[in-house]
Amino acid sequence: MATTVTKPETLVGKAIRRKEDPRLITGTATYVDDIEMPGMHHACILRSPHAAARILALNTQPAIDRPGVVAVFTGDDTKGIGAVVCAGLLPGLRIPEHKVLATDRVYYVGHPVAVVVATDRYIARDAVDLIEVEYEPLPAVADPERALEPGAPAVHPQWPDNIAYTYHHDGGDVDQAFADAAVVVKERIISQRLIPTALECRGVVASWSQGDQTITIYTSTQVPHLVRSIVAGMLGLPEHKLRVVAPEVGGGFGSKLNVYPEEGLMAFVTRQIGKPVKWIESRRENYLATTHGRGHVDFFELAAAKDGTILGMKLKIIQDCGAYHQLLTPAIPTLSVLMAPGAYRFRNVRADIVGVFTNCVPTDAYRGAGRPEATHGIERMVDILAAALNLDPADIRFKNFVGKDEFPFQTGTGLSYDSGDYGAPLQKALDMIGYASLREEQRLARRQGRLMGIGISTYGEICAMGPSSALPSGGWESATVRIEPDGKVTIMSGVSPHGQGQETSFAQIAADELGVALDDVQVLHGDTSLVQYGIGTFGSRATAVGGTAVYYALQDLKAKAQKFGAMLLESDDVTLAGGVCTCNKTGKTVTVGQIAAAAYRALKLPPDTEPGLVATRYWEPSNFTFPFGAHIAITEIDPDTGAVEVKRYVAVDDCGKVINPLLVAGQVHGGIAQGLGQALYEQAVYDADGQLVTGELMDYAVPKAAMVPWIETDHTCTPSPVNPLGVKGIGEAGTIGCSPAVVNSVVDALSHLGVRHIDMPLTPEKIWNLVHKGGEA
Amino acid sequence: MIPLEFDYSAPATLQEALELLAEEEAKPLAGGCSLIPLLKLRLAAPGRLVDLSRIPELRSIAANSGSIHAGAMATHYDLESSSLLRAACPLLAETASHIGDVQVRNMGTLGGSVAHNDPAADYPAALFALEAQVRLRSKDSERMLPLSEFLVDALITAAEPGELVTEIIVPAEQPGTGASYQKMRNPASGFALVGVAARMRKTDGIISMARVGVTGLAAIGFRAVAVEQLLEGTAGSAADIKKAAAVIADGVEANSDIHASANYRKHVAAVYAARAITAALERSS
Repeated sequence: MATTVTKPETLVGKAIRRKEDPRLITGTATYVDDIEMPGMHHACILRSPHAAARILALNTQPAIDRPGVVAVFTGDDTKGIGAVVCAGLLPGLRIPEHKVLATDRVYYVGHPVAVVVATDRYIARDAVDLIEVEYEPLPAVADPERALEPGAPAVHPQWPDNIAYTYHHDGGDVDQAFADAAVVVKERIISQRLIPTALECRGVVASWSQGDQTITIYTSTQVPHLVRSIVAGMLGLPEHKLRVVAPEVGGGFGSKLNVYPEEGLMAFVTRQIGKPVKWIESRRENYLATTHGRGHVDFFELAAAKDGTILGMKLKIIQDCGAYHQLLTPAIPTLSVLMAPGAYRFRNVRADIVGVFTNCVPTDAYRGAGRPEATHGIERMVDILAAALNLDPADIRFKNFVGKDEFPFQTGTGLSYDSGDYGAPLQKALDMIGYASLREEQRLARRQGRLMGIGISTYGEICAMGPSSALPSGGWESATVRIEPDGKVTIMSGVSPHGQGQETSFAQIAADELGVALDDVQVLHGDTSLVQYGIGTFGSRATAVGGTAVYYALQDLKAKAQKFGAMLLESDDVTLAGGVCTCNKTGKTVTVGQIAAAAYRALKLPPDTEPGLVATRYWEPSNFTFPFGAHIAITEIDPDTGAVEVKRYVAVDDCGKVINPLLVAGQVHGGIAQGLGQALYEQAVYDADGQLVTGELMDYAVPKAAMVPWIETDHTCTPSPVNPLGVKGIGEAGTIGCSPAVVNSVVDALSHLGVRHIDMPLTPEKIWNLVHKGGEA
Repeated sequence: MIPLEFDYSAPATLQEALELLAEEEAKPLAGGCSLIPLLKLRLAAPGRLVDLSRIPELRSIAANSGSIHAGAMATHYDLESSSLLRAACPLLAETASHIGDVQVRNMGTLGGSVAHNDPAADYPAALFALEAQVRLRSKDSERMLPLSEFLVDALITAAEPGELVTEIIVPAEQPGTGASYQKMRNPASGFALVGVAARMRKTDGIISMARVGVTGLAAIGFRAVAVEQLLEGTAGSAADIKKAAAVIADGVEANSDIHASANYRKHVAAVYAARAITAALERSS
């Protein structure tokens, strides 16, 4: 008899709409500010209007006297709270003590000085204005290069040179490489300070429970478990008495990969007043007091042979740390050093970093975190080298790529690139954009007086952070998978998705492994009392590390379910697939639901098997993963105004295996939008006195939808050998690949005018000045 | 981002509103696009806000003997989508369509923008080119001012305490007039880094009427009379336009900020003037 075997539909690899979206687009998600609690009070923070000042006197009495105000706390009241933690510990790092509230001095505009707690949000805000502070303003320095000059104002008086740390790396034989070189190209390249601008600002609700002596903190964070560990340390609380919940989080981009003064402060306040307290950051505060990103002045030197073979690199990085170290501030530029060679084969790399204190809010991770700076640098330098040698920018890249048979590839910066085929996405992107005819089109455009540019960026990046040895907090990830008594599935992941879509992609993995429907899988995360310890979401790690933990937990669970299946089928030869367990001899089947019922009812158990169906795994990756890709931007410049228009944008990314192409496209699009923001529009501007000039969205130009071009995406697929899913990570690739593609394109458009490099953002005025000057030259 | 406490009234009639506005600390609330952010930053702290959104007569757009009367509470979207305006004064409709984004155009109002007098607002370019009049009413008086007298300095107008902008009056265009508004957008705010509006009419192939309004360039918008004079009487060739546009910033004390220097603004004003004039001429007959 003929039988029709229907292959079960696999969900991994399918463009499935996000399970998260219905609640997000119908306004039924719960963000921190949606949380209401009986007796909840409201906090508002007084912040310094000065970039540097002594606090001579502080009178909180007028605020305390305001009806509705319950308490005011100052730096004196909160001295017992431990300092805000820097985990990016480098040898010789100078760490200024970072208290939750300023004590005798303020170090940046926005520095928290006091907190008012009141019965409602409005009273709290009004009372902040009643606090009387006598400041003695001091000279401030906001520019990192200026801060290094002799005689510059000292941000921290104990360190008059403003140097926070220095870091040195020497790989290969750099001196020999430069001695052998036929050509050396040098450039100063700025990766400007940016403001991450998550749609949801930060917010904290903290609630003390007198009954069981516990504190619950709801906070808009990417790393709830790290917040628990660190805030417990700051307050001297045992960790099992502290619960941290990341409810719906409206974007982070690295700015919420941190533990902030306000999180410790609200935990302190709720304990003091014995009531829940809510603090919601305003956009103004977000710009002043939430970490910024980038802030590099980099000096690149590239040595090459006459044929364009790159021999070595020298790199000096000046990092604008801001006034303090937040969680990872000094660690971010070390990632730039690690990825400085990009996708290229040369191993001779010398890098020096100097971290500099300025009277500005600290910088820390921002989408890409160190890699965009590295990629922007090497990709600009390769173009500059190509121009110096009169080589085609695509050819010089093909010539210098690590070959696809050279993996795993040991870099001159101490990494082992897992897998790659760097020429493949570039070739695909060149074909998509029709590169062969573009140069002719460009010549024609120039003859017509039009300024058209073609910009290539071929990035290699580091993801799936990472082996625990390389991360200050541990780099593993955890997962618990539970088949409930009715056969439905609950996953508890240690990662903390906030827009990335793992509630969908993890469900796809589980649905395939167990043969259940997508809607039969629920992914829980972000609550330390619900989920076993985990690390969180950052560094494009959630799927590659967290998803792998889910995958292994599923394998354990399948093995156990199979034992119950074998017992129920009274067979020792069974297969679990497609949601049923089949006896290979008789063809009899039991469903996963029947297995679950039996496992929990436990009237009979397989040998050496406990009741229930649950498995927990902690997975430690053996290496990072290294995605790569090629982005090409065609731009046209309005010669009359200098305005840049991106005419076409092609992105071919290789993030290994793709679990959900829709999620990947979303990450690529969003990443490119933010890369474009850096390339064309965004810059955090402090004036010489340390006042943030771009303190509002009216002055800080994030790209709006209408400012982002159509993005043509495609992929090549080189699976990662690091994890069984073969995935690499895609969260930051767009940002990393984008800015050099755009800047290379604009420089290309102006190259015939003698333009070699332009620092971001490429404002029309900047470009027009170059066109204008070039026209005169 | 929480304002200081204020009283709030939402009167249903204009007379009621004017009586409330006669109070010393009262301030009118139109679309709130500028006032609410100022309140939230505590840069403004009125004792009472008089919300004008429930007064239907302030929102009308009507033609009356050769003029268009646009109510102060007409939203940018009302102007943009008004078939009356599109036919009789397309420049104002076009200008409204360039403001902010959809949300802003649904909230923001013509009168609110004019009364706030932001140096980078879009309307002044068009309204100067249209030689607009501003009607002001208070509890017991009413007067009309030309826009050039109403706008005094950045964020300052000739409105006396208690006076409310109730409508803006612009001419209904004569057949054959072409107009265009061209702006360089501030990428952060969407306001005009520089914006130029032009109205052109030709008689027998010669420019018989040229009106050019500018915004974003100086502390307040202005009518570029020198440009107009250089255009009138010419055939409006590319060379004529270039020559005329080039003087748009002569003698102007141009704005300078982190978004653009004074020099660049002056240069861009000439570029956009030429574009606006060219487009207006193309639309004229």
